[in-house]
Amino acid sequence: MNNQLQPGPKVEAVLSAEDLQMIADQEITHQAQFKRRIFVCMGTACQSSQSGDVLKSLSTTVKERGLEQECLISPGGCQGNCAQAPLVSIQPQDLLYRGVKAGDAAAIIDSPSDKPIKGLHCDTQAPFFTQQKRMVTEYRGLLNPERIEEYIAVGGYKALLDALTTKAPEQVVQEVTRSGLRGRGGAGYPTGLKWGIVAKATDTQKYVICNADEGDPGAFMNRSVLEDYPFRVLEGMTIAAYAIGANKGYMYVRAEYPLAVQRIETALRAAHRHNLLGSNIFNTSFSFHIEVRLGGGAFVCGEETALISSIEGGRGLPTPRPPYPAQSGLWGHPTLINNVETHANIPAIIRHGADWFASIGTEKSKGTKTFALSGRVKNTGLIEVALGTTLRKIIFDIGGGVAEGHRFKAVQTGGPAGGCVPEAHLDMPIDYETLQSLGSFMGSGGMIVMDDSSCMVDVAKFFMQFCASESCGKCIPCRVGTVHMHDILNKITQGEATQADLAQLEELCDMVKYTSLCGLGMGAPNPVLSTLRYFKDEYLAHINDHTCPAGVCAPKGQDIRRPTCAL
Amino acid sequence: MISPPQTKLPSLVPAPSADKRWHLVSATMRRHGYKPGALIETLHTVQNAFGYLDEPSLIHVARSLRVSLSKAYGVATFYNIFRLKPQGLHTCVACLGTACYIKGAPKLLAAVELCAHIRPTETTPDNKVSLEIARCLGACGIAPVAVFDGQVVGNVTPVEIEKRIRQWLER
Repeated sequence: MNNQLQPGPKVEAVLSAEDLQMIADQEITHQAQFKRRIFVCMGTACQSSQSGDVLKSLSTTVKERGLEQECLISPGGCQGNCAQAPLVSIQPQDLLYRGVKAGDAAAIIDSPSDKPIKGLHCDTQAPFFTQQKRMVTEYRGLLNPERIEEYIAVGGYKALLDALTTKAPEQVVQEVTRSGLRGRGGAGYPTGLKWGIVAKATDTQKYVICNADEGDPGAFMNRSVLEDYPFRVLEGMTIAAYAIGANKGYMYVRAEYPLAVQRIETALRAAHRHNLLGSNIFNTSFSFHIEVRLGGGAFVCGEETALISSIEGGRGLPTPRPPYPAQSGLWGHPTLINNVETHANIPAIIRHGADWFASIGTEKSKGTKTFALSGRVKNTGLIEVALGTTLRKIIFDIGGGVAEGHRFKAVQTGGPAGGCVPEAHLDMPIDYETLQSLGSFMGSGGMIVMDDSSCMVDVAKFFMQFCASESCGKCIPCRVGTVHMHDILNKITQGEATQADLAQLEELCDMVKYTSLCGLGMGAPNPVLSTLRYFKDEYLAHINDHTCPAGVCAPKGQDIRRPTCAL
Repeated sequence: MISPPQTKLPSLVPAPSADKRWHLVSATMRRHGYKPGALIETLHTVQNAFGYLDEPSLIHVARSLRVSLSKAYGVATFYNIFRLKPQGLHTCVACLGTACYIKGAPKLLAAVELCAHIRPTETTPDNKVSLEIARCLGACGIAPVAVFDGQVVGNVTPVEIEKRIRQWLER
């Protein structure tokens, strides 16, 4: 996309710190010549709102005005407020325009920076922006995701250089352990501990896997990070490989993310060209190659043993643990699997140090977390906050609260293995332990807000239907249990259930939770258990009164079994 | 399930036809060294090239990668993304992720059923329109979302989805 003038002879192969600095300096010099840099978000959500047309239109207008020397138009990343797509950011003036159309290009190019266009202007001092703490998304989408030079210019690959040339692998493991980083895929297992186990394994062949399956419906944080900062994720994986002694990595991306796959493949080629991936990285003896593997639309492949089975070319069937992948994983070799966001945190931890990372968050949950805020909240999109931030702040300050005329009811976190948290607990700080104590789960970061128009029994049924259809079928508790639980929930939403059905539902929840083979089955009862804990009155209304308080299963006040015609 | 990667290339199995698209499939298998682990990647290539996985293509891939036909069939039917039947001329994928569900995705499916008389995984009798669902497309900020012939569209209303489906049906 960028056909504007490039400075001097280009450094390609990075063999030393000087080479890296030269690329950074050349890029900074190149960018400094422009008075304005206009970023058009080219993430999936903005592209679906025709941001591609906006990008083309802006580029054409700049050419027509003869402003190529002073105004650079670039594809950029997510600004966060996806509901107001397409988003355009102008730097260094820090102007954000929302809902931009191709026809607005002339106005944007021609308007002076101190007089933002009223109908398009988005206040970057609004709580949505100022109350976030951006670490993984620190570059705020102000990078062309396809240019490695831009990533290097903002400090990219310094962490890898530092790790390879000044630290022994054990020291890298120690730094990550001291930081307190926990797995961002959901379970929150201490990352340094996992790295240590794989590092200690004596096998000569080890693997690093990046779990980019992001199967939780309602979660798109990983998609955004992959699309916007692919080099950051690759750098994190490479540091991990060095730390544990791996020479081969796999990025397992769900097939529903074609743009993320494309960005990663572009990034892999660029990193190889610059000797930042492949053989003898930074002219050291360390080599690391990464391959992309596509998922196939199976939620269970987010579970690490099922994911491994998928990379091996089979159905995504989980296997009992132990042995854990850290000891025996891909093709029987020690394998480190971490989520996209976990990998994306690594470069900053190595660059700024473990103490810096550990100073953010709570005692047991360090750092920040990205969340995909969606559902019945005003400001939907991608956010990042320090762990320990309260749910109330996220939903009402950053999220702007629920729509006019509606009342907040619950926020669902943790995907199909998670739970719903009602208003009474909104002042709890978000961390791994408190969410669990509330009957929910951190999960990968999906956060769906529900208001009085949602029926909590219907929501529980939705999640159970999802789990039943995504069950791999290997173990009976999950394969059969989820179907039975769904049948009972269906009966309840149809007003045909009895107290005995409810008792059986509770019994099945217990059985499936404690006897399933993997996290899919173990987590499937959670939405039911959580809604029973906080919204039992809704279940009882369906069972005893045959009514749906939210007016979803039948219009409010009417008998679900015999609703009067409302066409 | 643990089998070490193959180190010897098998003798190549001829493609089911002279169709040039089979070169793409061979390229994928070759890139992965004709190992059994290439199965899913290869099936993706076949589907992207031909639109779906028919029996001759499954047999060809299974033989080329030295995996049993039952395994290839098991993988093809396990993953939701693979289709064993041809799609219609146009495909609409409705997202049924949590945010889309909360924002009214069931009404979109109902609108399609009303105007085209098809449910998810079905194709209209005239072969013009296929309806699929996706568990989450990761565009929750603009829910509810649908994909029309590969184009992601956000904030879809029942009126809009009906309009687009009718346009396809009338072509």
